[in-house]
Amino acid sequence: MKPDRLLKWFLYGYLGLVFVFIFSPILFSIIFSFNSDRFPTIPLGGFTLKWYKTIWQDPDVWEAARTSLVVSFSVATIATFLGFTTAYTDYRYRFKLKPLYLALILLPPTIPLIIMALAMLAWFAKIGLSGQVFSIIIAHTVLTAPFAMAIIRLRLSQMDESLESAAWNLGASQWRALRRVIIPFCRPAIISSFCLTAAVSFDEFAIAWFISGLNKTIPVVILEIVTGNIDPQVNAIGSFVFLTSMTLVIIAQMVLMTKNKTEKGKNG
Amino acid sequence: MADALVEFDSVVKKFGDFTAVERMNFTIDEGEFVAIMGPSGCGKTTTLRMLAGLEEPSEGEVRMQGRVMNAVPAHERDTPLVWQSLALFPFLNARENVEFGLQMRGVDAAARRKKALDWLDRLEIGEFAERNISSLSGGQKQRVALARSLVTEPRILLLDEPLSALDANLVIRMQSMLTRLQRELGITFVYVTHSQSEAFAMADRVVIMSRGRIAQIGAPKDIYRAPDNRFVAEFVGRNNIISGKIKSSSGKSVLINGSLGDFKVSLGGRAKPSPGDEGSFVIAADLVHLSSKKPRAGNQIECSLISEEFIGSVVTLFLEAKDGSEFKVQIQERELADMDLKHMGKVFVSWDPERAHYIGAD
Repeated sequence: MKPDRLLKWFLYGYLGLVFVFIFSPILFSIIFSFNSDRFPTIPLGGFTLKWYKTIWQDPDVWEAARTSLVVSFSVATIATFLGFTTAYTDYRYRFKLKPLYLALILLPPTIPLIIMALAMLAWFAKIGLSGQVFSIIIAHTVLTAPFAMAIIRLRLSQMDESLESAAWNLGASQWRALRRVIIPFCRPAIISSFCLTAAVSFDEFAIAWFISGLNKTIPVVILEIVTGNIDPQVNAIGSFVFLTSMTLVIIAQMVLMTKNKTEKGKNG
Repeated sequence: MADALVEFDSVVKKFGDFTAVERMNFTIDEGEFVAIMGPSGCGKTTTLRMLAGLEEPSEGEVRMQGRVMNAVPAHERDTPLVWQSLALFPFLNARENVEFGLQMRGVDAAARRKKALDWLDRLEIGEFAERNISSLSGGQKQRVALARSLVTEPRILLLDEPLSALDANLVIRMQSMLTRLQRELGITFVYVTHSQSEAFAMADRVVIMSRGRIAQIGAPKDIYRAPDNRFVAEFVGRNNIISGKIKSSSGKSVLINGSLGDFKVSLGGRAKPSPGDEGSFVIAADLVHLSSKKPRAGNQIECSLISEEFIGSVVTLFLEAKDGSEFKVQIQERELADMDLKHMGKVFVSWDPERAHYIGAD
């Protein structure tokens, strides 16, 4: 059938509008981060790096950036490890309560963030762990591990079932087969799961705000700047966060997509 | 059985309520090419997986060189398998795939590499050693899979329908390569397939399985010409099976009375039917004589032509007898051309009693 040109242009236009809708606030925030005027008004004032200098010199921001990096790196590591082990358990073994097991694992993202944040706060306060860096790590791990598991599970579902048996058949013990066959096969999913969970943790505000205490992460500091005073340094810091998250997400997408391409490539 | 390499001793395999393999007894000798053949779900792959240690028998013993293997884990056996899906590791190149088994056995890198390259050369794909698996053709992948299994120099190689994904002319070439390899190496091949042509072309001995049981074991020719039972007769080749009651028996031959008349059948050896028994016999489609005139005497059936299947030099004719049963005849195309069959209303099929094969009732 001949594609309808009008429909095609309409759909392209629609897609374009969606992108504008999503990205224009971010784009404006980036533009205003270089604007010398204190208030975001048009016409723009002169070009300046003043706001970047302000946050560069702010020890609070540095402290928060450090915390955020430590947290997101730790969260990504733990969540990806947990995601892999749960996905592999699901792939490898059959057991009675498997639907329940899967439901429990996939539950956290369905809980409203505020509820989860409050529950975490109450729980950590009760056992005396609130306000620590590792309490944010624990909470973010709970939140992100299901994503890791979903990504790696998808990859495992694309694996030829006899691949692991083939490794045993060639003399690999179960552990060696896991290390030499399953993990290399899942590598693209593991990398992208690492990047995505890091990005989610880096961006996450609600839980971090409730339980971070004095160990503030970047999103928490942003809110404090916004509530304290209207200041374009928020735009500067926002641009930095946006860049970090987008880099991670794009890496994740690229790793997954290039791998799929080479495998689909030449068959026969 | 001192020199049997593999023994199945009353082996049963159950999956829950389902019995995949039922009380199986057979042995495989050193250096033999054995094909296990049967329709899907007959238990042939399960049998192979028990040899590889991927399934544990529910009852009985699997022994290799006298040693009970039931509880020996797959990775401690030396029973490489060529998989139906090939199961090549997609993240390794051809050479690294071949090296895998050696690496698991602790062979050092240099020796590993040399051996892998030797085997790839031997299977005529040396030039693709550093290529990605995904960039190889079906036949090339097949050879990588073979090299990967043979590089550890096992005494037995298991093959699970390895040629089922290849196209017809490539299958023929791979068959001759496999038989040549097996002879050169002198090791045992156990080859699982549903394809009669593959099994008969390569194997010294064929095991035919049906619903978890062994239906017959024998050389391809024996199975083809002298099937033990109805299942084998129907599964193998183009056979006509006629059943009836034994009218009389002379010890050497019997007269069977079916709905199409009386037929004389020579007895091979084992079967000793007595008058009154139910019995069947097989007459292969290519051992039947076709004529337009009624033969004077002997085994014969009057038929009419239903359809024909032309596949080159041989033609299969599907005929219908008076009682509605189908009768298959295979003749040379040039013979058929002389007969002008289309303009004949009736044809007569006849055969020598010596050619018919008695299979008893079942």
